Amino acid sequence: MNVTELEKRLMDAARADRPSDRVPYAFEKRVMARIAALPVVDAWALWARSLWRATVPYAVAVVCLAAWIHFSAETMAPADQIAMDFENAVLVAVDESSIEF
Amino acid sequence: MEPTDAELIAAVLRGDQTSFEPLVVRYQPRVFATARRYARREDEVEDIVQEVFVKAFQKLASYRAEAPFEHWLMRMAVRTCYDFLRRHQRNREMNFAELSDDEGEWLERLGAKSDTSPDAAAAKQLVGRLLEKLSPDARLVITLLEIEDRSVKEVAKLTGWSETLVKVRAFRARAQMRKLFAQMQPEKYL
Repeated sequence: MNVTELEKRLMDAARADRPSDRVPYAFEKRVMARIAALPVVDAWALWARSLWRATVPYAVAVVCLAAWIHFSAETMAPADQIAMDFENAVLVAVDESSIEF
Repeated sequence: MEPTDAELIAAVLRGDQTSFEPLVVRYQPRVFATARRYARREDEVEDIVQEVFVKAFQKLASYRAEAPFEHWLMRMAVRTCYDFLRRHQRNREMNFAELSDDEGEWLERLGAKSDTSPDAAAAKQLVGRLLEKLSPDARLVITLLEIEDRSVKEVAKLTGWSETLVKVRAFRARAQMRKLFAQMQPEKYL
């Protein structure tokens, strides 16, 4: 008998050996108990929890932003100057093209 | 008259958890038989079966009733067994050269007279050891294709792999089997 034939016989032996479908006593009760113990997923609870968790970082961010605005207000350029600079920047292309013509 | 699968599933989806129990009772023998192909210890088999049913319960809303519930559940069972094999890849690198006395005797008897029926227990043990040495992919594909005699199409459906992938993995699995078989040095016994 060659090795290929032996391999085939081995597979035949495996095929002939069907695993048992025996079920342990009251196994379904165990499964149901496991299912009953699963945590219930409540979307609203998850949403509320994440909102609560986000409260502190948002509060810190708001305080920092307020402090930054407050302390940098004195060093900032006046509003009129900002508007003028913005207008010049926007119209610089128009001014250059009018010079060429 | 017993309620159908569809009726039980509808009841579970309406919130009646207890309606899942008849489904477990109905299908647990098949899931146990499948799990026993991949796990040797009974406590591991029970864990796999429990995981299959818990997953089935959690994902029941995704069941579309396009195929029978049994097919959907068996797909889940096969994938859970595959996950189990991937988690328990222990001792695969061990040398396969040493055969037990029973296994050697089985091979000798098989080599001596091809028409005798060999000792089924020794053959089972030998096949079990061979399969344990295969990679999870190879073991799954050999079990489904060669031992359970399923078609490539069926294996593709059960595993979620494409038919081409099943064929490629089957080719590699057979090569792995041959390599392991060579390690076993069967010529010593034939």
